Amino acid sequence: MARITAGVASSHVPLLGVAVDQGKTQDDYFGPIFKGYEWTKEWEKVENPDVVILVYNDHASAFDMKIIPTFAIGCGEHYKSADEGWGPRNVPDVEGHPDLAWHLAQCLVLDEFDMTVINEMDVDHGLTVPLSMMFGTPDAWPCKVVPLAVNVVTYPPPSGNRCWALGEAIARAVESFPEDLNVQIWGTGGMSHQLQGPRAGLLNREWDNKFLDMLIGDSDAARHIPHIEYLRETGSEGIEMVMWLIMRGALGKSTKCLHRHYHIPCSNTAIGHLVLEPA
Amino acid sequence: MKQDIHEYLAEFEDIPGTRVFTAARARKGYWLNQFAMSLMKAENRDRWKADERAYLNDWPMSVDQKEAILARDYNRCLDLGGNVYFLAKVFSTDGLSFAEAVSTMTDMTFPEYRDMMMAGGRSPEGNRSIKGKY
Repeated sequence: MARITAGVASSHVPLLGVAVDQGKTQDDYFGPIFKGYEWTKEWEKVENPDVVILVYNDHASAFDMKIIPTFAIGCGEHYKSADEGWGPRNVPDVEGHPDLAWHLAQCLVLDEFDMTVINEMDVDHGLTVPLSMMFGTPDAWPCKVVPLAVNVVTYPPPSGNRCWALGEAIARAVESFPEDLNVQIWGTGGMSHQLQGPRAGLLNREWDNKFLDMLIGDSDAARHIPHIEYLRETGSEGIEMVMWLIMRGALGKSTKCLHRHYHIPCSNTAIGHLVLEPA
Repeated sequence: MKQDIHEYLAEFEDIPGTRVFTAARARKGYWLNQFAMSLMKAENRDRWKADERAYLNDWPMSVDQKEAILARDYNRCLDLGGNVYFLAKVFSTDGLSFAEAVSTMTDMTFPEYRDMMMAGGRSPEGNRSIKGKY
């Protein structure tokens, strides 16, 4: 039987990918950011997951304005790194797990989450930066990936409550997959950041840390945070944090924190990172 | 908890210095964003760099939208329905980092903006609500 053994949350700032690709991860600017991921890199080597369900958002790469799926699941065999305007990142292709992905898609629809199925797409920094942060620069990624893309660009994105409930449904679906698989679920994006308008550059250390606290233990208060609170407190792009709630919802009633990291700034953004396991 | 769409959208207008990418903006900016999206392809970037105005004339955008793009006036682009993830294709093609491009939408120079970020970013204090002033 497949099982979700852990949840990982992380920001996915594109500049982190640039730092990895240009070998700058140890310099004065990036050193303190990457230091907070060292623990996780070692832990991932031991945990050696078979599959990661990677919750992320596409940043106008695979999806333009033609089609805006609220929740989309990648059921393809493999995915290439997207050209986001400066050429694709030189990272390994991402290998999918179509058997698990299609199983999830079917279960979720029966569970009343009407997923969009994607068979072919390129994946952008939202997906490849977290892989680089957790696995470094291997010749091939050490596990398969089921991409789960969430619309957090065109309003309204899904509510926090809906994201949490989707996580719960994903956990049920994973448990009914007959193959013995070690599955992790990652929630990416955030933390506080605003990339537009005169208020750009807003960061909120206090709120971000309160949010990190809320994901640890048995509270489910975070599922009820309204969109307007993310917007006011964490900047217009802080709304990405609803994707962390899919991860949290999939971990069950209570979680234990194995690792936590927070750093300001990376480019325009506050970096947050959590490793959780069901408790 | 179901929310009323009118109340939901009205609250967005109360956030200082922020244009939330609502359906209304997405509709207004459809071709502006699709134009920007086209710069994901290397051959289109070459054509764009060779003659920006001619490239824009292939798109059913308003005159205002075209002028805003040519002027790299990103706040104006936001007002005309642009979204920053789409506009990013334009400033990436210009060779600007996200931080530098974003700084042009504030009242700061890029070095001033960078210093603000290094010092902990813009405080949410007084920046959460226009009406509430908190």
